[in-house]
Amino acid sequence: MVKTVHPEAEYAAYLAEGRFMVQRSASTGAYVFFPRIAQPGTGLADLEWVEASGEGTIYSFTVIRNKPPTPDYVIALIDLAEGVRMMSRLVDCDPAAIVIGMAVKARVGEVDGAPAVLFAPVEGGAA
Amino acid sequence: MSGFPRGRTAIVGAAVLGIDSRPGFSAMELLAKASLAAIADAGLTPADIDGVFSTLSEDPFSAMSVPEYLGIRPKMVETTRTGGSAFQIQAMWAALALDAGLCDAVLICYGSNQRSGAGGLVRSGGTPFPYEAPYKPRNPTTAYALAAQRHMHQYGTTREQLAEVAVAARKWANLNPDAFMKGDLSIDDVLGARMVSDPLTVRDCCLVTDGAAAVVMTRADRARDLPQKPAYLLGAANATWHRNISALADLTVTAATEAAPRAYAQAGVAPADIDVVELYDAFTINTILFLEDLGFCPKGEGGRFVADGAIAPGGRLPVNTNGGGLSCAHPGMYGLFTMVEAVTQLRGLAGERQVSGAKLALSHGNGGVLSSQAVTIFGTDEVL
Repeated sequence: MVKTVHPEAEYAAYLAEGRFMVQRSASTGAYVFFPRIAQPGTGLADLEWVEASGEGTIYSFTVIRNKPPTPDYVIALIDLAEGVRMMSRLVDCDPAAIVIGMAVKARVGEVDGAPAVLFAPVEGGAA
Repeated sequence: MSGFPRGRTAIVGAAVLGIDSRPGFSAMELLAKASLAAIADAGLTPADIDGVFSTLSEDPFSAMSVPEYLGIRPKMVETTRTGGSAFQIQAMWAALALDAGLCDAVLICYGSNQRSGAGGLVRSGGTPFPYEAPYKPRNPTTAYALAAQRHMHQYGTTREQLAEVAVAARKWANLNPDAFMKGDLSIDDVLGARMVSDPLTVRDCCLVTDGAAAVVMTRADRARDLPQKPAYLLGAANATWHRNISALADLTVTAATEAAPRAYAQAGVAPADIDVVELYDAFTINTILFLEDLGFCPKGEGGRFVADGAIAPGGRLPVNTNGGGLSCAHPGMYGLFTMVEAVTQLRGLAGERQVSGAKLALSHGNGGVLSSQAVTIFGTDEVL
């Protein structure tokens, strides 16, 4: 396992390589997101990088409305299978069909040219 | 056991100013005008002020620039940067400092020209959060929309119930000569307004106005010799759980659930004793969430609680009697305005919107994105 040294920079570097990584405590096995130098609450500094499963469900979402021609987009909070939550965008879906609890899967894509973890509904993954 | 100095300090001067568009004034100039009005209201002069607790959105060093501008050399300064809850937290520190004799007269002040000056919302959120900013949430609206969506999912809260909050705020604003936004507003008007961030329309969102507010606090013994009816500070508590919305575990429960019971315990009162509630309504969901978290109804019942005009004039609980951030004013950090309205109600000077016989008023501040929650409870001498 790769120990965390510079959490913010390392997370960004993994993303730039197309990898979605989260932190896990070596002693407790608890996952941590967002990346930190130590586990929140306990201060345990035994965090290692592990590949995220990419599996999650929608905790909440909102469609950000724009004036045409700027497209609307969907911001969501995703509960990952690892038990942590993150903000992301929902892509490849009809905003009107999104429901809380829907199963989603991560991929590394881009937002305005910058690498970002995006989520799309899983086929047959309705809540 | 709380050592809070219940009733040993009071607000003796209060003012709001420029709840509209004031082209040509800087934020500091608006702050100074409100401050001088509050000091005069207290029957004091700037030379009497020896504690300056200031906030300016764009000036991290207002603790020095405000005393300089007003020509005051304070013994104490304070600048809590928790956004809209800063003022309730400052009132708590002011009570402790006054009671300890560290200073004798505290000015709490805020000003913003965000409507006329910046042509839109002043962003004062600090460094962008690297784990949210890349997705381009349009905060604060996005964060509150996420909370509203979750509350609707979890408790069956409806968009009509959210709209009830905006309609009640407007009805109060229509009774307030100082309110920025007036006129008829129906539930259908709110539902049919431009959608900003589902499920919130532009009428579910607070105003963007200029405005400044200030209060002056002294110890209770001195307060009795000053011209205004004192609004005694009976309890003040705050709690902070997060900064970014993705770090709030349950978007339907805020840190006000911790702050409010502590403030009630200090004051020796219960929610049912409160005559008038001034809470921070940046968005319609706020009022529903905070009525729950401040103990006025059970968790999840906020939507049903506000239905049928229950918090409008003539309803069962007077909430945001100035018209709130939704219809009275929202100059960036609105929290001090809830305190001035609480004081105005306790003085019995609220005119057409006066809550008859108001003796206990709650003033609440919300900072960040449901992040910092602060509760103050004020009372007249009848409840000391």
